[in-house]
Formats: sequence, structure tokens, C-alpha cells
Amino acid sequence: MRDDPVGAGSTPPDRVAVLPGRPGRLRPERALRTPPVMLAVALAVTVLCLIPLGFILFSTLTAGWDTVRRLIFRPRVGELLVNTGLLVVLSCTATAIIGTAAAYLVERARVVGYRFWGPLLVAPLAIPAFVTSYGWISVFPGIDGLFGATLIMTLAYFPFVYLPVAAALRGLDPAWEEQARTLGLRPLAVFVRVVLPQLRPAILGGTLLVGLHCLSEFGAFSMLRFATFTTAIYDQYSSSFASAAANMLAVVLVACCLVLVAGEAGLSGRGRRARVGSGSARLPDARRLGFGEIPALAFLTLLVGAALAVPLSSVAYWLGRGSTSWAAALSTSVTTITLAGLGAIATVVLGFPVAYLAVRYRSGWTTVMERLTYIAGALPSIVVALALITVTIRLARPIYQTTLTLIAAYVVLFLPRAMVALRTALLQAPPELEEASRALGMRPSATLRRVVLPLAAPGIFSAAALVFIAGATELTATLLLSPIGTTTLATKFWSLTGSIDYVEAAPYAAMMIIISAPVTYLLLQQSRRVRGR
Amino acid sequence: MSERASESSALKVTDLTKSFNGVPVLRGVSMQIETGGITAVLGPSGCGKTTMLRLVAGFLRPDGGSIEIGGQLVTGPSRQVPPEERRLGYLAQEGALFPHLTVAQNVAFGLPRRRRKDVKRLAELLELVSLDLSLAGRYPHELSGGQQQRVALARTLAPQPRLVLLDEPFSALDASLRAETRSLVAAALAAAGVTTLLVTHDQAEALSFADQIAIMRSGLLAQVGKPRQVYDDPVDLPTAEFIGEACTVPGIVHGNIASGALGDIAVRRPTGAIGFDGPAMLMLRPEQLEIHRTAPADGSLARGVPAVVSSVDYFGHDCVVTAELPATAGLPATSVTCRLLGGDEVIPGAHVSISVSGAALAYPIDQETQKTPAGWMPTGDAPRTGAQLSSDRSLPR
Repeated sequence: MRDDPVGAGSTPPDRVAVLPGRPGRLRPERALRTPPVMLAVALAVTVLCLIPLGFILFSTLTAGWDTVRRLIFRPRVGELLVNTGLLVVLSCTATAIIGTAAAYLVERARVVGYRFWGPLLVAPLAIPAFVTSYGWISVFPGIDGLFGATLIMTLAYFPFVYLPVAAALRGLDPAWEEQARTLGLRPLAVFVRVVLPQLRPAILGGTLLVGLHCLSEFGAFSMLRFATFTTAIYDQYSSSFASAAANMLAVVLVACCLVLVAGEAGLSGRGRRARVGSGSARLPDARRLGFGEIPALAFLTLLVGAALAVPLSSVAYWLGRGSTSWAAALSTSVTTITLAGLGAIATVVLGFPVAYLAVRYRSGWTTVMERLTYIAGALPSIVVALALITVTIRLARPIYQTTLTLIAAYVVLFLPRAMVALRTALLQAPPELEEASRALGMRPSATLRRVVLPLAAPGIFSAAALVFIAGATELTATLLLSPIGTTTLATKFWSLTGSIDYVEAAPYAAMMIIISAPVTYLLLQQSRRVRGR
Repeated sequence: MSERASESSALKVTDLTKSFNGVPVLRGVSMQIETGGITAVLGPSGCGKTTMLRLVAGFLRPDGGSIEIGGQLVTGPSRQVPPEERRLGYLAQEGALFPHLTVAQNVAFGLPRRRRKDVKRLAELLELVSLDLSLAGRYPHELSGGQQQRVALARTLAPQPRLVLLDEPFSALDASLRAETRSLVAAALAAAGVTTLLVTHDQAEALSFADQIAIMRSGLLAQVGKPRQVYDDPVDLPTAEFIGEACTVPGIVHGNIASGALGDIAVRRPTGAIGFDGPAMLMLRPEQLEIHRTAPADGSLARGVPAVVSSVDYFGHDCVVTAELPATAGLPATSVTCRLLGGDEVIPGAHVSISVSGAALAYPIDQETQKTPAGWMPTGDAPRTGAQLSSDRSLPR
């Protein structure tokens, strides 16, 4: 699972994080020397992020055209393309509509209890998609195929659209809508012609994340017996290890991923986004629905019920059947927390220099470095895992299937969400404060320690927490890369559900949900901070 | 202080140049500040003054030129001392107090570790900026804007800098706080006896705050001098119009007399200008012009030249009157603006007379183009000709 905060991770950062700054004041240049240690770390991160892309290029080039043609242009790939394509289109459409509608009802129509609906609509992100599908299969064992996959993806990931759209609605200047009304537009026309265009980048950014997750998801689909590129690569890998066939499927998968990213960039356009940053102090007036409130509440109840109540009550039901694996689940939790904790620390320590350089020493190079982390993070985890397996086997045999390689995979996979939080954190320590410190005689290192880190600490902590939670529920890369004998909550849960042992799987699901619960709070918090304080 | 140190000036800037993305911002600035004084660099926004300050502070590296502080080369062709080693004070527009530290911790920030807890020193510093010691435990967001700026000054002065740089330090404050904060800061700087370089676009601030003024325009220093000197003897017309209000009318200079729309009036030439006769632009300060009401019927004049009021902008304590001067031999009709104390009933259309006291400053103009010759005005924005020669700047801001 690679849920990404605020629907921002894979899109270029400047879509979301708005740099503060007094308008009209020229401050493009910093003569101060780029800190060498930071530069070295950032370069190392860049190299790490280049590995998956390099792997794709390398395996295409070395396979030779004949092999490529034989392995890619065959009916099986066509089937997978149709499956994956349909899934992406259906899930993206459904999440776009549901997420936008829910955001509008909560932020604009202010339905009864809108303060509580907000967190409830983000909470599904705390339940890994494969736990959601476990919950649904427990209640409706017949669910499978394209319908099941679309349903689960929609329920698990609509918050990716809800969060940025809700934030955009909050930041939208009500003056535009008022202007449109005075120009004679009816409310529906105002929504279509004024509000919707402003929400477009948020909706597209959110659906892009949903699409990328559809490409990357493995656990839920293997439970639903729905074949996509990711499940096919995994099957290929388990039968014949890192073979050319698996690699070629990965090439097609990455191509799909690039099509999505490029499509989003092309559709969202430039300069259409709502004015954010300074933000309007005035809150837009609620657009009361009157009797329309009843179907609206029914819709929200149904949505939260399906996305939250079904999986949670399933887990509770199976727990009530007297699982015997509590002790094992607890000891697996310790392993999981250790691995995820190491991943979080590594990601934040390595990501901070990249974010710092990108924010403070903006230049072509630092921007490229930052973008690379986003691109690498957008790749499906199975591709990152395959790449690291191939590279460690060929070039660094001693670290093959070690914790180090697993942590490296976490870093590549979760850097984007850390970057969003770190960028926001750095905005808490504007350059003026660093300059004041330097002018008062503090060296760069002392300035970092006494000014930047204390101010950025809350953001750095939330970056670490987000990565930690993502790592604790990560399945695909962990399955492929973890040292022999190491199991995490996710891998153990997956193998238990694979053998239809739903009772014994329940404690693992419960532990993952408990560990992930804070993600709701963190993401809500972040979406507020990102949209102008 | 040693003989050598007292000989070198507090700050010496030599031929400083800097461009951003190919756009020149500083085009060769040289200046010198003696120890102990307050110098203001005054110029419109975008003239390069903040860039100069940031170069002195060491936040930027120049394209060319050098900077010496207290005789020590800090910026040169092969030398760039980092800001923390320059022993400067730098006070930014918003003060840049550290939001996670209290007033006491902010003030002590730049001190060596063992002296950060020194309450006596803290009390001295807070007293210097007229703040009560009881504020020491507060956080910046619990202070008013003026208090924040004074805490920032105390923090700047704490490590005893050789030179304090102030970057528009009062512009973020609202008008009522600005004057008060300004005088408190001036008093604190005088008490500390520290050399100060202030950058501002506010001429009133520069005139009242500094004992030396440097006028900067388009990346060049147009004039450096004492406030009185710059006001009374501006080197060129744009400088005259930038510092204080100026009223300009065309005229023909013969020796110490100029004839023009205001009649024959006494003139002088800017110090250092080559003696010239002929067409010129005559600059008068508004306090040199006096409006007299005349009875519209007889049109007889007590003093000065006749004029017709075209507009009156009323400001309570005074009003700005624009009056049309009729065309005279060889010169077109011109309008002048002047201030009139009190709300005398001068209304548009009224016939008045205007008299001049003191001498006007004459700047030569080229008769062909009706412009002052190149070299006189570095900006190149020549005054408009003909009927609308009264300066926009003479209107209240």
C-alpha cells in the first residue's frame, strides 16, 4: 500500500506547497555556499532513486528487440492491459465523483455534523486496501474480478480525492462565486463554470494517485483473484525468479504509470489553480441544501459504512471468533515497528537534505533531484523491489535480502510523502530567520541546530510518522525483499488470508489498523497546513 | 583604539556591481561611512539599495567590487567572508524574531553560550531599546509590532557589532507606531554609539533619522551628503524631486537672475555645476512659494505674478493649490503647485498672485529637445515639457 498524503506525493511539489514570500520582492539568489554534507546526501538519494528507472532501461536494452517483442506483444499482456486499463478508468472516475461530491457536501453544503464527516471521510486511509478487501470478502464471499477490484479501490482510496478537493474548496475565494451569481448564473451553473475549473488540479492530482495505486496494488487483487500487471509480475517472479518475462511486464507497467503521470500533467494545465497561500480570511457561506440534505446524509452514511464500517466490523467479528495468534501478532508487531521505524528514520534523514536544498537553494539541479524522488516514488512497489533485487544480486550480493535493502526500498517508495511534509516543515523556518542567525554570528551548522530544526520539528515528525505508517502496512516490496524468516504484519496477514484462515488473520489486521489510525489526523493536519496557514 | 583602526572607515564599498539574471541592479557603487554615524541609503523601490545591504551583510556575492568593514576586506575578487564572521548587526523588515524562542532567548541568541543566561546584560539591552524586563519571558507573537522590532534591535546589538544594517526596519509598522519606534530606535543606536547603515524609500525617515544621506537611483549613487545639503543643494532634478517636494518651472538664466513664468527671480546653480546661462529648469521648494489672494475684479497685484487656480486638494492642516501661470515671452503656460496653510478660501477659478522667496536652483536644459542634457539625469526620465511641468512629487504622498 502506498497511500500518499494530501493527494500530492506524485505530482510536482509546487502544485501543493506554496512558498511564502512577500510578493514583489526579488529574492531569487543565495550566494551562500551549498552545504557540502547536504549535497552529498542528496546526491546519494538521487542515485538510489535512479536505480528503478535504470533497471527498466537496462533490462529493455539487454533483453534485445526479439525478446522484447516476444514477451510484450502477446495475448496475455493484452489481457492484463485491458484489465488494468478498465480498473484504472473505472476507479478513477468513481473516486473523482465520490471524493468531489463528499468534499462539496462537507465543505460547502455543511451538512449536519460536517465537523465529524471530515475525519470519517479520511479515516479509510488508515485501513490498508488488502484489509478492506478482506473485510468485504468476509461479508460477501462472492465478490471478485473487475467489479470487486473497482469497489475496493474506490472505497480504499476515494480520500485521495476528498482531501485535496476539500482543501481547495476551503481555499477558494468566495468572491468569485458571488461575482458569478451577480452576473446572473444559477448555483449549478456557478458550480460547473466557476468552482469546478478551480478544483480541477485537485481532482486530477487525487485521481492520479488513485490510478497509481491501482497499478501498484497487489494484496487486495490477489485476494479478489483479479489479474493486473502487478499480480502477474509477482506470479512470474515466484515461478521463475527475476526473469526476462517479469522484467518485460514491469516495463509495460512503468509505461502505464508514465502515461498516467503525463496524462494528469497534460489535463491539469497551468495557471488554473485557485489562489492559495495568502488565502482569504473570509469563510465562504454555507450553501444549504434544504430537503436535499436527506439524500446527502444517506450518501455519506453509505460511503463511510462501506469504506469504514464493513472492514472494521469484519475484523471485529473474526476477532470475536477466538483467534489464537495474538501472541504471534504482537511479536510480529515488534518486527514490523522496528522495520518501519528504521524506514521512517532513514527516509527523513535522507529526504531532509533534498527538501532543504530544493527549498533554499533552488536551482535546476536541486529541482531535478527533488523531482526524481517523486518519479521514483510513483513507480509501483513491485518494480522498485524487482530493481533492487536485480541490482543487489548483480552488484552487491552481500546486501541481497538484507534489512538494508528493504529499508532502501522503503526510502524510494515513501520519499514523496516525506518530501511533502518536509517542505511544509521548512516553510515554518523562513530564510529571513536563517539570515538573522547567520548575521548574529552562528555558523550554518549552529543555525540548523538552533533555528531550523526546532521550528521544523513538528513537520519532520509528521513526515516520519507518515512514512512509518506506510512502512508498517507495506506488503509487496516487503514480501519480495525481506530477509528470510522475517515476517511483518502485512506479509503474515497476507499469507493467512491466502489460506483462508480469516480468524487467525484478524489480530494482524487489527494491529495494522491500530498502527495506521494516526494517519487520519496527520493527513487532515497536513492538508490544513499546506493550504495557507 | 589603535591609530590604524581609527583611520579606516567603518564601511568602505568600492565599485560594487551586481546583476540578477542579466539585469544590472548595482552599476558601480562606491561609498564610505565613518565610525559612529547613521547613514541612510535612500531610493525608490527597485533601485538596488536592499541588494547593496545584503552584499554588505554577506548574504549575496557581488559580480565585482569590494567591501571593507573596519579596514578588513570582507568581500573581494577572491574573498567572501561568511555572514557569521563579519560581526555585523542586520535588522530585517519584519525583525525576523525566532518564533520558538522567548524575548530573552532571542536577545541572547548571538551571545557565546556562557553569557546567554546573563540577566544583567539582558536588562541593559532591553533598557537600551526602552523595553521592560517583564517582557523577557514572552514569545514574539505576544508582542506588538513595534515591540518586536525593538527586541530585534536589542538582539542585533547584543553581540556588539561593528556596524548595524537596517533594512527598511519601520516599513512593516503602521503609521502611528512608526514614528514612535523610529525615535526609540534612533535613541538606542545613539546610546550604543554604533555605526549604522539604514536602507529606506521613505525620505522623511531618512531626513530625520540619518546624519548622512546617500541617494540611490538605478543602481548608482546620485548624491551623498548631509540631509540639509541634499535637500538644499540637490545635484540634479530627479534628486531634487525625490528628496522633499519640488516645484519646477522653465526659465531663462542670465547670471543670478532667471526670467520665466514666475517673473524675474533670483537663481543659484548646484554646487559643482559649471556656470551656464540660457534655458534652464528652475526648482523651488514649496515653502519658497507664497500664494496671495487678489480681488478678481481689479486684478491689481500686491506682489508676484498673476495666476489662476485650477485645482485645490484639501488636507485639513493645509491644502495643495495648483495654479496656472499665463504664457510669457518665449515660454508656454505653466502650472505650479504650492502648499497653503489653513483652509483659506481659495477655490478653482480664483485669481491669485504667486511670489517667490529665496533663490531657485537652476538646472540647464537643452533648448532643442527641451530636456536636461544627458549626464544630468542618470535615470534618463526627463521632465515633461510645456504646460504640465509641475512635478507629481510635489503632491503629498
